[in-house]
Parts: sequence; structure tokens; C-alpha cells
Amino acid sequence: MAEAAAPSGERAVRRWVAGAGQSGLRVAIFLLAPSVFVLSIGPFLPEWLRIVPQEWAAPFVGWINAAVEVLRREEMLGLFTFRDVTRAIANLIDYPLDFVEAILVAGFSESVPGLPWIAVTGLAVVLGWYLQGRQLGIIAGVCFAYMAIFGKWELSMVTLSVVLVAAPIAGAIGVALGIVAYKKRWFEALLWPILNVMQALPHFSYMIPVAIFIGIGHKAGTIATIIFAFPVMARLTILGLKGVSPEVREAGIMAGCTNRQMLWKVELPAARPTLMVGVNQVIMLCLAMVVLASFVGAKGLGHDLLNRLRSLWIGQALEIGVVIVFMAIILDRLSQAWARKEPEHMREGPFHVRHPFLAVGAAVVVVSYILAAFVPALQLWPKSLSITTAPLWDAMIDYIIVYAFDYLELIKDTLLVHVLIPMRDLYLLLPWSALLVFAVTLGWYYGGWQVAGIQALFALYLAFAGYWERTLITAYMVSFAVVVCVIFGSVVGIWAAAGPRRTKVVELILDTFQTFPSFIYLIPAIMLFNVNDFAAIMAIVIYATIPTTRLTIFGLRTVPHDIVEAAITSGCTPRQVLWKVRMPLAFPAIMLGINQTIMYALFMVVIAAFIGTTDLGQEIFRSKADNNAGQSLVVGLCIAFMGLIADQLINAWARERKKVLGLE
Amino acid sequence: MERKALDAKIACRSVWKLYGRDPEGFLAAHGGNPPDGAIAADGYIPAVRHASLEVFPGEILVIMGLSGSGKSTLVRCLSRLIEPTAGEVLFDGQDLLKIPAKELIEIRRHKMGMVFQHFALLPHRTVLQNVAFPLEVQGVERATREKRALEIIDLVGLKGRDGYYPRELSGGQQQRVGIARSLAVEPDVWFLDEPFSALDPLIRREMQDEFLRLQTMLRKTIAFITHDFDEAIRLADRIAIMNEGRIVQIGTPEELVTRPADDYVANFTRDVAREKLLTVASVMEPQADGEALSDGVVRQTDKVADVARLIVASELPLRVADDSDRIVGIVSRARVLDMLFSREPGPGG
Ligand SMILES: Nc1ncnc2c1ncn2[C@@H]1O[C@H](COP(=O)(O)OP(=O)(O)OP(=O)(O)O)[C@@H](O)[C@H]1O
Ligand SMILES: [Mg+2]
Repeated sequence: MAEAAAPSGERAVRRWVAGAGQSGLRVAIFLLAPSVFVLSIGPFLPEWLRIVPQEWAAPFVGWINAAVEVLRREEMLGLFTFRDVTRAIANLIDYPLDFVEAILVAGFSESVPGLPWIAVTGLAVVLGWYLQGRQLGIIAGVCFAYMAIFGKWELSMVTLSVVLVAAPIAGAIGVALGIVAYKKRWFEALLWPILNVMQALPHFSYMIPVAIFIGIGHKAGTIATIIFAFPVMARLTILGLKGVSPEVREAGIMAGCTNRQMLWKVELPAARPTLMVGVNQVIMLCLAMVVLASFVGAKGLGHDLLNRLRSLWIGQALEIGVVIVFMAIILDRLSQAWARKEPEHMREGPFHVRHPFLAVGAAVVVVSYILAAFVPALQLWPKSLSITTAPLWDAMIDYIIVYAFDYLELIKDTLLVHVLIPMRDLYLLLPWSALLVFAVTLGWYYGGWQVAGIQALFALYLAFAGYWERTLITAYMVSFAVVVCVIFGSVVGIWAAAGPRRTKVVELILDTFQTFPSFIYLIPAIMLFNVNDFAAIMAIVIYATIPTTRLTIFGLRTVPHDIVEAAITSGCTPRQVLWKVRMPLAFPAIMLGINQTIMYALFMVVIAAFIGTTDLGQEIFRSKADNNAGQSLVVGLCIAFMGLIADQLINAWARERKKVLGLE
Repeated sequence: MERKALDAKIACRSVWKLYGRDPEGFLAAHGGNPPDGAIAADGYIPAVRHASLEVFPGEILVIMGLSGSGKSTLVRCLSRLIEPTAGEVLFDGQDLLKIPAKELIEIRRHKMGMVFQHFALLPHRTVLQNVAFPLEVQGVERATREKRALEIIDLVGLKGRDGYYPRELSGGQQQRVGIARSLAVEPDVWFLDEPFSALDPLIRREMQDEFLRLQTMLRKTIAFITHDFDEAIRLADRIAIMNEGRIVQIGTPEELVTRPADDYVANFTRDVAREKLLTVASVMEPQADGEALSDGVVRQTDKVADVARLIVASELPLRVADDSDRIVGIVSRARVLDMLFSREPGPGG
């Protein structure tokens, strides 16, 4: 193209690829050509351009471990080492943890028992009723009663008490950081990328450093949970404070607020809706993490689940899985109802009229204690009366194995032999230089030089971290899973978006599934396919399909009505409306769904390593076994950066695309 | 009668507000008065340009203009919610822009009130707590501030709603809360930024009446923004019209209608019902010697609409009297009909 007069090369190229005609094809050719070129000459590339030789790899692991060693051993803080300090701080967490546990189940002493299970269940009913209505009250009651009657009460309450302690602390840390970032620009500039990386780091990367500086145990699990959960709160605090309407802020100034009054009396309360979204997410992340934190010794449901899975007692594992699912559902519903709850004017009258729910709650506690004093089964449901569903599940699994085993094996073997293994071999040929060229070209095109630079950094890190082969295996598992997720998710999404009833049903299912801790998804995978690569991929697929489906529905349903009507009046068949109008317009949203699917898949790949894979996740597991903090962090960052490469590219692309389509 | 700028409750002199890279430097480089071409060429957005006005004690000054003409920005410069790029703002003769932050907070706490287009109520507080809010931040103790807040809630007609949350009120009621809140500290100066624009026409009318009722009782000094000329006419003592950041004309509604400074102002006033706005004085002619006159007499301060029937029914011109019953001119059927139908501004007045 003769664009000689163009002011800069960049603009000229942009104009060329965006030129009339087959612009989509041109863009693709332009963007992919360099990486395809590098790929195709792959076999002729010098070896070091394909895999960075071990002796060149940056010794990140060594550096980090050396730093850890210093922090552990050197008494740089006078008489203490850094680790002494972290352990001392960690010990503080014991007080609230013991206290809440004592209230919920353990009791303070022989004479002062914890709350009877009917009291907790009754309080859950009152809370649900107060926050939303009778229906939620009943759901809450059923969930808690289930935990008691099915003999999982103590485990559940231990898990619940960790959530009740960790969530407020994580929330407070997040809000505090968010406030500082809102007030000080430089702090925000510093914090934002850290939050990005923290949110892309898989769960396990938090655990080893915590294990080293705090030790293994319940306490360490709680702390890992707090660290895992606060970034989302910090992020939403910043967003919420920035989103306060300027008029409200001006009203505060005109009333003569000082800076402090402004923050506490105007800005934070006005940001409540966003902050409450954060509260919900913090609670759910805490639950997800505390279940996983059993790997560093947290007690409760997760611990039991882990043991059962290790011994392949699938029936019992499933039983605990159901309890965890109930816990997730009820915590999510209650916190969402709390978020939605708007203040209402009070009725006049005595205490029980003004605060009916407080009064009933107090009555529930008193009555429960009295009843429990006479009927011990109301204090703690006796083991002898507990119902167990494990035999049922076991029978079901036996049934599947007897009747479906051959088919499942066939599917698995066919896929492994004809698709997965060839694909894996292909991936292993991928030179790092091709990834670098690919990431930089796309980053530059969609986001300019800054994004290209960051992309280059991520790609170089992956190449030089010394885990290139494992990275490729991870990439192969994740990309296969993502492809399956996208196909499956978009088909379900298109189906569900076709009518409001379907949408409602599918969204309800997705909402529910999304609250489950990721660990849960291993259970069916193991149940059906035993322990291997394929089961891991299945686990990833089940978990990571959710966002694509959700955003496909969202994208299709939010296509502007007038555009659809215009298409219909132009004589489009329903099929044409879908493929020529709604899908292209929904595409940016779907891409964001795929983006989240990739993130989910990367998280899950690490957890799935538990059932035997040979990717980076396995590396993290091994480093956990050796207490190798350096390795766990370096490998964790590999996974985070893989995610961030995709995240940045897709986001930049979607922004541009939305602008083109005028969907802002 | 000319009033001195010194008497003004609040005034501004040559206020500029530019948005862009380095507005102060840019203004200085052009000697404080850059030409329009340079502003656009250098990529600055001129929200307010060289604006000067005064608001006198007890007066309602309405600021009008199309969307984006800089009304909000100008009023926010007057209250220093926005820092002007250049110029001065005088509050009781004191330069507001030179006042330290502490004192500014004190002035806002005791002397200024503001009402917002979208009400800007605090959603987590009841009506009572919203109205008491400005007193609360001053540290007024609870019993006192709630007593005072209840009085004002009564005054704006929301008695019995004090325990409600903003969400539980209609738009008109919410704006009453906004008004009550801005009056809680008994300010001298009252800023209102399109307070009724978000309301339905019927409610808007009702709120305008309410506003006038309050003003006859309270006699505040008011800067009132609107882009609705009918509203401006109903409420204003004087109107300032803004266009692209400039104040193009300030005057009484009658002056704007009869002597618009340019087409932009004329456009605003075109659809006004003149007979309801203009007084007999504006269609009055000098009395010629020996002309035959009817017996009827009208006052020069009468609105034309009120006496049109009388004038049109009479074949001969009527006498026009001033407040002390002196005859100052005559008014003819032809002039009134001209005004009613041709909509040409009368040359008299
Ligand atoms: N923070 C800002 N940055 C850049 N430009 C701004 C900013 N605030 C206002 N402007 C511009 O200044 C001009 C005047 O805005 P202003 O809000 O004062 O208009 P207005 O007359 O109140 O309009 P409306 O009737 O829509 O409220 C507008 O062109 C607006 O785009
Ligand atoms: Mg405005």
C-alpha cells in the first residue's frame, strides 16, 4: 500500500489492515504472519530460540529461596528473625478464631457449651427472613439442619468459623488499602498491578510462603485465606469510591465536611452497593480457599474431603462435597440478600416492634439453650442418629462403573490417543520466540507500545523462568479445555438466550454452580475417569465453562432491541438474525467470557494437579512437598503471567471492538 | 436604579475556567484574554470565559443557557466547588479565592446552601438525618439539630416523613429534602443548579410555587440555574444568559424580551407569551396634544394580558398612569394587537 505520506509507520499499518474489503482477513494475516513465520521455521531455529537452555535460565528460584532463608534465619530485627515476627502476628489470629469456634460449636468450658445446633439453625432462619424473606429463611434453615442431621455439624462449624473470622479481616484490609489508593495516586499506581498479579496467582502459590513463615496448621490456613481474599475487596473499594456521583460529593463539600467527614459520612456510605459486591466476593473466596487450605493443615470440611479423596473413598467425598455446596449456596444467598437490603423506616413502638428480628433472634437463642439442656440431641445431633448418604453414592458409582465403564474408557482412550497426545507433542515443539513475537505483535496492535512492552516482559519471564516445557504442557491442557468450554458454553448460551424462561433457569444454575469452591469439581471427574490427565481436563472443563456460558447469554440478551427489530424488518430469518446480527454484536462480551474461562482454567489446572498431571500444577505440588517457596512462587507467576497475557490481549481487543460497534 | 457592585452579596469578575493541559500557563501566555481560535487550536475546553456578574441581597438571579454553556461551572466557581482558572469571586466583598481552606469550610457551613439537579441525597440516611447532615458535620449536638431539621422538614411540607429513606420518596419529595437540607444552616446565599429539571412538568410547577413561597418568607440571595425560559421568567428578578461559556446578556425578563442582545438571546425569548410578561409601559406611547382619548385608565405596571380586553374593546386609546396616578402616556388598541399577533417587540418602554 502506498501510504508514504503517513505520519508514522504505526498509523500507516493500522490504516492498511483496517482498509476496505476483507479487513478481518487482513488483520488476521497481518497479526499472525510473524508468529506463523517463526513457527514454521521452528525446526531450523537455533536451539536456544526454542527453549532457553537451563544454564541461561534466570535463577529466580534460587534468589527467592535465598531471600526466604535470610528472612527465616537472620536476626535482622534485633533479637528476632522476620519469621518470628510473622509467627507472632499470626498467633494473634488464634484469639478470634478460638472465640468464634467456641461460640459456634466447641464451647468455652464444660459448663458453658457452644450454641446448640438448633440455635444456629434458628438464627440462620431469622437472618434469612430478615434479609430477604420467608423463602430465604427456609432455605437457610434447611441447609443448616442438613449439616447437623447428616453428621457434619462440627466440621461445618469449624469451616464456617474460619470464614467468619477471615472474611471481615480480609475485607478490612481491602477497604483500608482501597481508601489509601483512592486518596494517593502514586499508591494506586503501585497497588493496581500488584492486585492484578495477586488475582491471577493460583490458590496454591499463597500457601507455601505462608507455610514457611507461619507454619502448617489451622492458623496458617486462615492466614492464607485472608491473603487470598483481600485483593478483590481493595479493587472494589477503589472502584466504589471513584464511582460516587460528583453531585453527592459536592453536596458533602457544600455542607462543610472536612476530608475525614467526607470519607466516612459521605463517600464510603454512598459507595455501599459496590462495597457489598466486594463483601459477597470476599466471603465466597474465603470459603473456596479455606476448603483448599486443608493442604496446609486447615481443619474443617476441606480437610476431610482431602483425606477421603486421597483414599479414593468417593462416596464419602461426595457426601462432604454436598455439605460444602450447601455452605456455599447459603453464604452466597445471605450475603447477596444483605447487599440488596435497603434501609427502611422504622415503626414506632417498644423494642420488639422496632427491632422484631433482633427480638426473635434473642428468643431463639434462649429457647434453644433451655430445650438443649433437656434434650441433648438438640445440642449436638448424636452420631447414632446421623444419616449418611455415602452408601447411596457408592452404589451409584458402582453402577456407573459396571454399566458405563467401557464407554467412558473408550471415550477417554480415543481422545487421549487421537487428540490429546498428538496435541501435546505439537505444543512441545513451540519455540518461546514464537510466543514472544505473537504476544508483542498483538499487544502492539491493540494496545500500543506500552501493552507490547508488558507482553514482552511476561513472555520473556515464561521463557527464562526455567519451566518452559511445563508451561507448554499447561498451555496444552488449558487450551484444549478452553476450546471444549467455549464450544459447549456458547452452544448452551445460545440455546439459553433464545427465551426469557430458559435464560432464567440456566442463569440460576450457573449462579449456583459458580459459588461452589473449585475443589468440588474434582469429585465428579475422579468419580468418572479415575486419576489421570483426562480426568484433570474434565474437571477444568466443568468448572471453566461457566463464564463463557454466562457471558454468551449476557451478550446476546443485551444486543440493542432496535437493531434486532431492524434486522427482522429487513427480512432476516431467525437464523440470520442470530448469526449476522446478534452474534457479531455479542462477540466482545463472549470474548470477555472466554477470557474468564482461561483464568478459571489456569486456576483449576493447579488444583487438578492433585489428581496427577505433569504440568506446572504438579511442580507447585512438588514444591509444596519440599517446602520450596521459591519454586512455588516462580511457577505460580508462570501461571499468572500466562493468564495475564491472554487477559491483556483480550481486554484490549474487546475495548477496541466495542468502540467500533458503538457499544460503550 | 443602578446598584453598586460593592453592595453585591456575591459577585465575580472576569472569571475564566479552562480545561486542558496547563490552563494557567495558557491564559498567562495570552495576557489573560486568549482569542477563541487559540483556545480551540491548543485543545482547551472553555467552560467559562471572562464572566462577570453580581447578585444583590435578596435577589433571584437566574442563569440560563443551552446545555454545555457553562452554567454549572460558573455557579460552582461562585461557591468555589471548582477552582476558577482566573478572575476573582467576591463574597460579602471578600475575595473567596484567597480564603484559606479552613475559613472556606466555615463559610460553607454557615453562609451557603446548594440544591442539586439529581438531589444528591445520602441514600443511607433518613430524611431527618439528611436534613440534619450539614448541622451534624458542624458538630451541633443531636437534640438541637434534629429539632431544627424537623422545623425545616415542616416548612417544606414533608411533615411525618422524617423517618423515611430517600428511596421511599417520590422525585418531588426528594427534592424537597434537598431544599430542606440546603436551608438547614440558614444560609445567606442559596445556589440551585437546575433543581426542578428532573421532575415532571406538573410537579415542577408545584415546586416553583413552593420555591417562591419560601423565598417571600426567607429573602435569600439566590443564583438559580435553569434552561427553561418559562421557569426563568416566573422566578427571576434578573436573568443572565450564557452561551459557550460567555455571559451574553444580563437583565430583567422584560429587557431580554424587548431588547435581546443578539440572535441567541432572541431565540430563547421567541416563544414567550409576551402579554403575560410585558407591562403596559412597554407598549405605551407619548400622549399627543388634542388626541381623542377614552375615559379608561390603566397603570403602566399592569401586565398587558390583564388589561388587553379593556384596551382592545375601546375604540379610542386609553390613558396610562404611574404609581402616583400621574398620566404618563397612552396605549392604543393597534399597539396591543400588534404585540399580540405580530410578535414584534414594541418600540416604546
Ligand atoms: N471536568 C471537566 N473536564 C473537561 N471539560 C469539562 C469538565 N467539566 C465541564 N466541562 C465542559 O465545560 C462545558 C460547560 O459545562 P457545564 O457543566 O458547566 O455546562 P451546563 O451549562 O451546566 O450544561 P447542562 O445544562 O448540561 O448542565 C461543557 O462543554 C463541558 O463539556
Ligand atoms: Mg449543568
